[in-house]
Amino acid sequence: MKNKLKNLSDTNLLLLITIVVFFVMYLCAMIFLGSGFLKAQTFFNILNANAALIIVSVGMSLVMITGGIDISVGGVVALVSMSCAVYLDYHDGNIFGSILIALAIGLAFGLVQGFLIAYLDIQPFIVTLAGMFFARGMTTIVHTNPFNVANEAFVALKDTRIVVPFMGSVNRLGKYVDAYIQIGVVVAILVVVVFFCMLRWTKLGRNFYAVGGNTQSALMLGINVKRTKFISYLLSGLLAGIGGYVYFLYVGSGAASHASGMEMNAIASSIIGGTLLTGGVGNILGTLFGVLSLSTIKNIVSSAGLGEAWWTNITIATMLCVFLLVQSVVIARKKRAARKG
Amino acid sequence: MFKRSLAIMLTIIFGLMMIGCGSSDKDGGAPSDTVKEEVKENIVVGFSQLGAESDWRSAHTESIINTFTEENGYELIFEDGQQKQANQIMAIRTFIQQEVDYIILAPVTEKGWDTVLQEAKDADIPVIIVDRMVDVADESLFTCWVGADFELEGQKVTEWLRQYTLKNNIAAKDVHIVNIQGTLGGSSQIGRTKRLRDAVEAYGWDLLEEKPGDFTRTKGKEVMEEFLKQYDNINVVYCENDNEAYGAIEAIEATGKKVGLDIGNGEIMVVSFDGVKRDAMSYALKGKIACIAECNPLHGPRVQAIIETLETGEQPVKFHYMDEEIFSAYESIDVLKIDEKEYSVVHLTQEIIEQRYQ
Repeated sequence: MKNKLKNLSDTNLLLLITIVVFFVMYLCAMIFLGSGFLKAQTFFNILNANAALIIVSVGMSLVMITGGIDISVGGVVALVSMSCAVYLDYHDGNIFGSILIALAIGLAFGLVQGFLIAYLDIQPFIVTLAGMFFARGMTTIVHTNPFNVANEAFVALKDTRIVVPFMGSVNRLGKYVDAYIQIGVVVAILVVVVFFCMLRWTKLGRNFYAVGGNTQSALMLGINVKRTKFISYLLSGLLAGIGGYVYFLYVGSGAASHASGMEMNAIASSIIGGTLLTGGVGNILGTLFGVLSLSTIKNIVSSAGLGEAWWTNITIATMLCVFLLVQSVVIARKKRAARKG
Repeated sequence: MFKRSLAIMLTIIFGLMMIGCGSSDKDGGAPSDTVKEEVKENIVVGFSQLGAESDWRSAHTESIINTFTEENGYELIFEDGQQKQANQIMAIRTFIQQEVDYIILAPVTEKGWDTVLQEAKDADIPVIIVDRMVDVADESLFTCWVGADFELEGQKVTEWLRQYTLKNNIAAKDVHIVNIQGTLGGSSQIGRTKRLRDAVEAYGWDLLEEKPGDFTRTKGKEVMEEFLKQYDNINVVYCENDNEAYGAIEAIEATGKKVGLDIGNGEIMVVSFDGVKRDAMSYALKGKIACIAECNPLHGPRVQAIIETLETGEQPVKFHYMDEEIFSAYESIDVLKIDEKEYSVVHLTQEIIEQRYQ
């Protein structure tokens, strides 16, 4: 096992830890909490509710791998929801137009923030903090009051269910209920697959790791560091736009308070998924499992009868600590072993 | 090497999960008596609360938690929605998966519940809405509703204010009101705001501005500070709950102005809702809050009564209004007449407060 460990790259090792922890956690939930967790639909519900977070977290992981951070994403999600809601209900909009709006808002944020960070060399934290305030403020300007969208085409799209065959269960009336996922989940899975492949097999993807791992050597290798960073923020913005639309599709309403704290959940998910805040290490598949772990733990905490918000938060904090600790211990041991060997 | 070990591990884990899923189907399919007996022993109730923003909310949560205890034969699954509808929808879906016997929902907003309530109905789980109302196309989606008549509360306060201005010879155009609203979109905010607007229109008062204070002390203070900077003629502050009133009073006193009933002589009057905590009552006794329309948070026993009725197979009444008072230390107004019905004002004294909070 020791030899095997040595051959693993940091990225793969952290990924392995995340995946194993997720499955162990879910198994424990099935064994000890039973009922709900034994049904496939519980898992699909977690997916449905967190599709947007998965997409946003993928973007977050991208910038974190290049050594940056993007805390504007929650605000962008809220702005996208509100703008699309207003467009659909007050301007007689159609679905296609609302998707364009979502993408445009995301891209605009990505462009401006990416430019400021990569080419003007301003701290990413400050730039995206400003972006967050701007997005939240704009959301209120677009429309103050929260409201639910009544546009028929949109509601139909929102309620569309994709049946997953053979995974349904019998409810207490003895009726068989199909298991289902929503459209957002499909989008999220697509995003994960696309960016997983991009990071692993394209030149741009490898550049992300190089820039995040060591900017100086990346420069010497002839990598266009500025452009790479710029692209990472552009992608994060775009994904926040897509995530915003998926979020909108799930909640079906616009509100200034939507997605509050989502950026922090995205950061936490990325970290749990094995992305290092220092950059250069991370994996999109890990991010997916990071989101799943985070939401599963929330589900477990409430199913165990600790429904108060603070219990969830405390558990997540503990989990983050443990993950960070395990990660650093494992990497330190591996490095020592490598030096000895 | 890595890939192979990962593959093996995943196969094992997936295998175990499949076994888990498979066995659950068997459990669900077979009519086992043990399961049914268990259900009879303890009634499982899922409660999705919208958050914990105010004293009222805490008292409300407590009332339900204290009612549905194991000693009373219940198992309560409590879920805090943290002011987000998405969280509450997720909570209800979880309850459905857990096959609870009853769902209690305190919705954060009125709209957008059709889909998830339909899911609960399909699973044959009765849903009891508490506090705020849901706005659904088909009212059979929920079994019962327990809560307050928020519009009546608003009417009580505005009627009290009208009588006060008449008794003290204050002209309608000299009543300059600001409204610190609750969280936008909730029934309590909607009802209380509506009745204020109606009264302003009917009596010709001057409503300067309305702004949400989200039912919290900090936000209420913030909003009041902004109002005070913008307008120098405010003499009535209409707070849509007590916590906002605390914040507003703090903000007013910080500028050196006086809070009180004597609005003819430069004092600023604060009126409020809820009256849950002793603090609010003491403020009212001192006249810092001119009048408080009670909003009774003790829904637990009422909901329990409904569930007991449902357990016997009978259909309870659909809408349950809580009994509520109006409190004031000002003694010249005794009776409020609203829509042909009379409501007597409770004149606050130290003894009454002691009695309520012994």
